[in-house]
Amino acid sequence: MSGRNYGKVCRDGLWNNNQALVALLGMCPLLAVSNTLMNGLGLGLATTLTLICSNTIISLIRKQVPDEVRLPVFVLIIASVVTIIELCMNAYFHELYKILGIFIPLIVTNCAIIGRAEAFASKNPLDLAALDGLMMGLGFTSVLVLLGGLRELIGSGTLFAQIHLMLGEAATGWELTIIDDYSGFLLAILPPGAFIGLGLIIAVKNIIDSRQPQKSSPKEEAATFAPQTENI
Amino acid sequence: MSNSRQITAAAIILGLFSLAGTGLVSITHNATKERIAANERAVLLDRLNAILPPQLYDNDIVEDTLKTTSQEYLGSNKPVTVYRARSQGKPIAAVLTPVAPDGYNGNIQLLVAVLYDGTVAGVRVISHHETPGLGDAIEESRSDWVFNFNGRSLKNPKAKNWQVKRDGGLFDQFTGATITPRAIVKAVYRTLLFFSENREKLFAASESPKKSEAES
Repeated sequence: MSGRNYGKVCRDGLWNNNQALVALLGMCPLLAVSNTLMNGLGLGLATTLTLICSNTIISLIRKQVPDEVRLPVFVLIIASVVTIIELCMNAYFHELYKILGIFIPLIVTNCAIIGRAEAFASKNPLDLAALDGLMMGLGFTSVLVLLGGLRELIGSGTLFAQIHLMLGEAATGWELTIIDDYSGFLLAILPPGAFIGLGLIIAVKNIIDSRQPQKSSPKEEAATFAPQTENI
Repeated sequence: MSNSRQITAAAIILGLFSLAGTGLVSITHNATKERIAANERAVLLDRLNAILPPQLYDNDIVEDTLKTTSQEYLGSNKPVTVYRARSQGKPIAAVLTPVAPDGYNGNIQLLVAVLYDGTVAGVRVISHHETPGLGDAIEESRSDWVFNFNGRSLKNPKAKNWQVKRDGGLFDQFTGATITPRAIVKAVYRTLLFFSENREKLFAASESPKKSEAES
């Protein structure tokens, strides 16, 4: 990492080592909250914010913390950051907080966060760590939004439902009814729809990757970055 | 460096981080708690006002509450909150928070506003675990079904019609979901029975009528 390769960090976060599609981390919130585009966006941004904060703090203190206690310290930092974000959301985005509910505190258990802390932030300087948090978060968010949008569109025929809860009254008219008089396709909204949808998105990503001329093997990178934490 | 000194240093660092983390969380908690309480209060007031027009009463309905427990009528062995609306001291309506325990997928939390004369002012579902797309038509954002209760009372319709249509009653069931509306119809009916039997106690006491008896 001596070359300060910002481009590589961006590409890894958004595509090559996308936490949701390649590392397959954070499946629990990803599958549970992606039933509408708005929910996906809300949880994705909250996760991104957590990732940026935790990566930044962990990079700052990486030289002070002895190796033996680094994991408990990381967990402490992540838990504090998530609790603070939860309290602030409860205070300033109350409606969204009520919808995301239990999944905000559960960001703590999203292994993508401790995964990035251990695999990247604890070994890299501040700017790279923060950028990594942002890019990993955006990669995760884009999958959540894509999956949420797909499920919402197929499941209930709308897009951007309830988006005004997050973006304020200005976005009230954004809700699109794509298909009028749509009776709904239940499977897409229920949990199996999340698994099927995610499977299809991963398949599409793999097809795109396999058509690319072989530059560097993304699988190899994924292997080196894959953290040892259990997937919850 | 000796091993024990290393361990002590690590423990001290861990302790310092715990202190810093807890400190930051408690600072945030203190800074946000008033706003959070205000938010929760506003949400509650919004819900109450949606089923009970605010011009009907002039008291602080969020604060004027009592807790009462009735497994038989209110569906829960835990105390259930009753919000009381008054106008110039006279009782106007009570908003009860009963549980329909026999939903398709567990408890359904309800909000039932009953006017002093025993008429339903409105019913809302606060939380449920019914099947999306089938049982969730009980939400007022998805169908008009809950509005069927408006203006109903123990005499309107008669007791035998306080059922879903499949059971010979007056209320619609949903395609593919009969259990959910059946549970709610029964819960609202039981709430009305409870209200008519305990009406004076509900408005008089500041403590739960049954609970205070039990405790004394």
